[in-house]
Amino acid sequence: MKGAGRSGALFLLAPALVFIVLLFLYPFAYGLFLSLTKPDGTFTFGNYLRFFADARDLRTIWTTLSISVPVTFINVGLAIPFSYYMRRGVRGEKIITFFLIVPITLGTVLVSEGMLSYMGPNGWLNQLLMVLRIVKEPFRFTHNYLGVVISLGLQGFPYAFLMLLGYVSGISPDLEKASQMLGASKIQTFWKVLFPLMVPGIAIAFCLNFVMAFSVFPSAVLLGQPSGPTRVISIAAYQWAFEKFNFNAASSISMVMAAIELVVISIVLVWRSRTYKGASIVGKG
Amino acid sequence: MKDFKRISVRRMTKRFGDRTAVRDFSLEFGKGEFVTFLGPSGCGKSTALNCITGLIPITSGEIFIDDECIDDSRDKVPPEKREFGMVFQNYALFPHLTVRENVAFGLKLRRLGKAEVERRVGEALKLVHLEGYAGKFPAQMSGGEQQRVAIARCIVLEPRLLLLDEPLSNLDAKLRVELRYELKALHERLKVTTIYVTHDQTEALALSDRIVVLKLGSIQQVGSPSEIFSNPANLFVADFVGYKNAWTARIEAMKETAGILEVEIKVQGHVLNARLPYPEGDRRRAAVVEAFRSGCEVRTAIRPEDIKVGSFPGMNSLRCFASLVEYQGHSSQVSASFAPADGGGEATSCARMDLRSAIRVAEGDQVDTAISPDDILVFADPSSEAAGDDAQECST
Repeated sequence: MKGAGRSGALFLLAPALVFIVLLFLYPFAYGLFLSLTKPDGTFTFGNYLRFFADARDLRTIWTTLSISVPVTFINVGLAIPFSYYMRRGVRGEKIITFFLIVPITLGTVLVSEGMLSYMGPNGWLNQLLMVLRIVKEPFRFTHNYLGVVISLGLQGFPYAFLMLLGYVSGISPDLEKASQMLGASKIQTFWKVLFPLMVPGIAIAFCLNFVMAFSVFPSAVLLGQPSGPTRVISIAAYQWAFEKFNFNAASSISMVMAAIELVVISIVLVWRSRTYKGASIVGKG
Repeated sequence: MKDFKRISVRRMTKRFGDRTAVRDFSLEFGKGEFVTFLGPSGCGKSTALNCITGLIPITSGEIFIDDECIDDSRDKVPPEKREFGMVFQNYALFPHLTVRENVAFGLKLRRLGKAEVERRVGEALKLVHLEGYAGKFPAQMSGGEQQRVAIARCIVLEPRLLLLDEPLSNLDAKLRVELRYELKALHERLKVTTIYVTHDQTEALALSDRIVVLKLGSIQQVGSPSEIFSNPANLFVADFVGYKNAWTARIEAMKETAGILEVEIKVQGHVLNARLPYPEGDRRRAAVVEAFRSGCEVRTAIRPEDIKVGSFPGMNSLRCFASLVEYQGHSSQVSASFAPADGGGEATSCARMDLRSAIRVAEGDQVDTAISPDDILVFADPSSEAAGDDAQECST
């Protein structure tokens, strides 16, 4: 009976296993294989050596980090106070949430297209700024670093905000009251009680936002300068794969991408475990 | 700790929209006193407590510590500056901090030296018998232990006023009794001025110097445990402290002997005599006299344990039929109906009694009971209603 039950449980696991193997493990392993071989299938480190020797490709790491790290800090940094102020619910919360979710549902391309016309040199925003005499000539919001940052902010902030809102509104209001009764001001209560309890949520929101921003592609192409200042690492991989048709080189670049993301995620998780030592044993708030 | 003599709450009112949660709440208590707010859920006792802490702003009224006004509904000393301590029903320990850090939380905010903090945390943990627990996290402890940490976290600051909001309600029956003893011992030892909120009359009676009974935000009675228990101010208080037999009756005759009001009442045709301990000038007494004059209905209040089986001289006798028997070990809770005395009609009134288990009663048995005239209270206040909803219904 017991054995039958166990194999039955394994059987139930099968669909998930199939998914993981087919959609993640196999492509990943194949990519790793490609990155370590020449087009004829012989083993080589050449793809990686070429990437690190090519100054133009190597610079994409710095370019991508210089976009994704500030964007992630801005998104999570804004999400913390916003979620704090909305933790007990505010008037019009549903509408605010709706408008935050819209950019996610529309998708990157549509948002980028919208930004191009709205924030472009002849767009409404620049016309308004000129009428108000804030700027003399159209301010460049698009086709530069700023355009990519704004687009990633629109896309990433809602994720970070909604995730942290779930975290902070799950913290019992009695903890805040208790802290206050013990003599802590609102600010002290935030830093000594709420923030430490939000750390796990902040860490996850940071990781997700960073991965999304680091693998940016459409907005870097549409809103940035894909040949120069916003030539991010995914553009390099794309060019090797679909312009030079060298999948081996492209695979090695995506492996480098994955490695950098893993390094950043590890740093964040180490920070989390240092800051929130009660994490592993705390079940209830 | 700043020394003081009295804390006075004057005409404190709290409204949420058009709902009044606390109405005209006035109370004075002295240093070292243990005061309990007692009432059913929704009676405003927790709101009153939170208003006193300042966590909930009051709509009108004033709170004073001696001559210092800490709240006059416009200006208030914020909760963190009142030097009050609060213990919550759900403990509200900081889950990311160890027991030591939880207890040291308030001390560190006061910028005390490391050695001083360490010494006072140690003393506080010793007071609540948790010496070996300093390094544990709250989630690794039982509910009772967590609540003791919460108490230590407050008393370590030597608060001017300690407020406990149903601190034992989340614990199981055994722990509740244990921690109740400890609270009592702690109060005997430290003499911290305490307000305790509960819906449990046993806790209130066991712990308090004074009890404040609340109903729908209004104070019903303030008195010592024995006053509340044996001399309730109205039917609501009576019902809440266990006078479960609230029968509808009419006063047939009334006389006064040596200041004691003796009345003869009729319940379903059964004549019962009652000696009412209401002193001259008491509101209850005036209401009973008025009800006798106008012929209005009154309600009785009799404890289940004051109804005895058998027939005794000088006591009222009442014949009932047991309809439900709940065995509870040392005693049995019996619900029994009694028919109108003139014979006709259905049995409509229900007697609840608490009989020693040695007296064997089965459902359907005839039970001849006796009630002493001194054990019957009569209330005629039209505004007084029983707290229990089904005091009249006989379950069958």
